[in-house]
Amino acid sequence: MSINGKAYVAGVYEHPTRRAVDKSLAQLHAESALGALADAGLGKDDIDGYFCAGDAPGLGALSMADYLGLRLRHIDTTECGGSSYILHVGHAAEAIALGKCSVALITLAGRPRAEGMATGTAPRNYGSTSPDVAFEFPFGPTVVNMYAMCANRHMYEYGTTSEQLAWIKVAASHHAQHNPDAVLKNVVTVEEVVNSPMISDPLHRLDCCVISDGGGAIIVTSPEVARSLDRPLVRVRGAGEAPKHQMGGTIDLTYSGARWSGATAFEEAGVKPADMKYVSIYDSFTITVLMQLEDLGFCEKGQGGRLVSDGNLISGVGALPFNTDGGGLCNNHPANRGGLTKVVEAVRQLRGEAHPAVQVANCDLALAHGTGGSLGTRHGAATVILERE
Amino acid sequence: MASRTFPSPVPDPDTEAFWQAAKDGTLMIGSCRNCGEKHYYPRSVCPHCGSGDVTLVASSGTGEIYSWSVLRRADPPYAIAYVTLDDGPTMMTNIVDCDLDTLAIGQRVELVFSPTEDEDGPPVPTFRPAAP
Ligand SMILES: [Zn+2]
Repeated sequence: MSINGKAYVAGVYEHPTRRAVDKSLAQLHAESALGALADAGLGKDDIDGYFCAGDAPGLGALSMADYLGLRLRHIDTTECGGSSYILHVGHAAEAIALGKCSVALITLAGRPRAEGMATGTAPRNYGSTSPDVAFEFPFGPTVVNMYAMCANRHMYEYGTTSEQLAWIKVAASHHAQHNPDAVLKNVVTVEEVVNSPMISDPLHRLDCCVISDGGGAIIVTSPEVARSLDRPLVRVRGAGEAPKHQMGGTIDLTYSGARWSGATAFEEAGVKPADMKYVSIYDSFTITVLMQLEDLGFCEKGQGGRLVSDGNLISGVGALPFNTDGGGLCNNHPANRGGLTKVVEAVRQLRGEAHPAVQVANCDLALAHGTGGSLGTRHGAATVILERE
Repeated sequence: MASRTFPSPVPDPDTEAFWQAAKDGTLMIGSCRNCGEKHYYPRSVCPHCGSGDVTLVASSGTGEIYSWSVLRRADPPYAIAYVTLDDGPTMMTNIVDCDLDTLAIGQRVELVFSPTEDEDGPPVPTFRPAAP
């Protein structure tokens, strides 16, 4: 049994706010939900399945179902950090294929900027019952220094350079210049990236994503509902998910769970990396993109530096256009979680609704991939492959 | 050079023996009587074979840097690292008593326990460049 062709992405929405001091967390989720419903041409009462993760307020799905007045017959609160929403698309397709729901709503929102959170450079303590905390938290693991250790090891094993990593930010910035909502709209050069202040060796300030408030939502429906709507048909062809962790003290920082989630998704979809016209790749840091592209099979392991160089990720310039909204590196990183917006831009591309300056011609097959947690310790990987019918 | 203050780890029933050994100056690692593999961090189940027949064994406390990064934005900056012990497992730690600008993957390091902020809190296993 497969989900290939059993569900469609009928609505997407990216909240335009990047600093939401005047909005509550529940409000951001709700506005995102209503935005995606309007995009699909559906109403609140059409929703019968709801998906959310750890960023949702209070009791998660229960609090948001209450706030929005939803009547549901399917709930899924799978929490895998920022990869959750890509994984939710696969889970929604499964639930729809089994008849558990026919219109699934997925929401994400957060306001780390409004709350003044030191997102990348302060250690996060996930609670003393987490079995790793006593063995890690005293050493000051942060988001940035953990990804930095991945970059350092990748450089050591494969000769990857800071200049190659910088090309990833350069490509994202070329796309973001066309996005009026992007936090960083200025085009940057390789020199500007490698000369920006060192945050945590070898990652510079411009190797890092932006910090932003915001949110987004996705509507996944049955084929019958999708065909009744006046929107381009975007079919779910395949999905994969996998955790990767320290493996009992045999951690290898040079690859991610994309190795497994990608293989599963490609097999289910019956397509290959070379078939993809566009890719949305989670981009907390430049190294995140490079490792995931390798692990998804867009090049041989260790060749990611060459793959991303010389504008190869820039739409209209290179062979592998990525994150044409500017991604987390330039546009938006709501709730410090990048997965949902990856699906949104992939759907825009498949519909032909991306900005004309970055729209990929004849974009009929796209991939969205996310990482949640940390590549340096433990993370969830989720991949979805979407096709315009 | 100022060094950072280490938060005190909170022992639980799973890890009490590990932290008691740390107070006595010994780094323990998990060892499985079923498959013979070592693991880190120590826990009640072997993450390699799934056996519950696990115990703690003393590490030699020597190894090499698997990867590292200096968080330049911290005050004071500090070096986080994964160190691969000669006994097998790779563990998260800090490199202390070192020149932050000369750290390298593959560099030989040796165990030195660092005190933590609570008066009765156990020390944490950190490493410093090995004596030549
Ligand atoms: Zn075992």
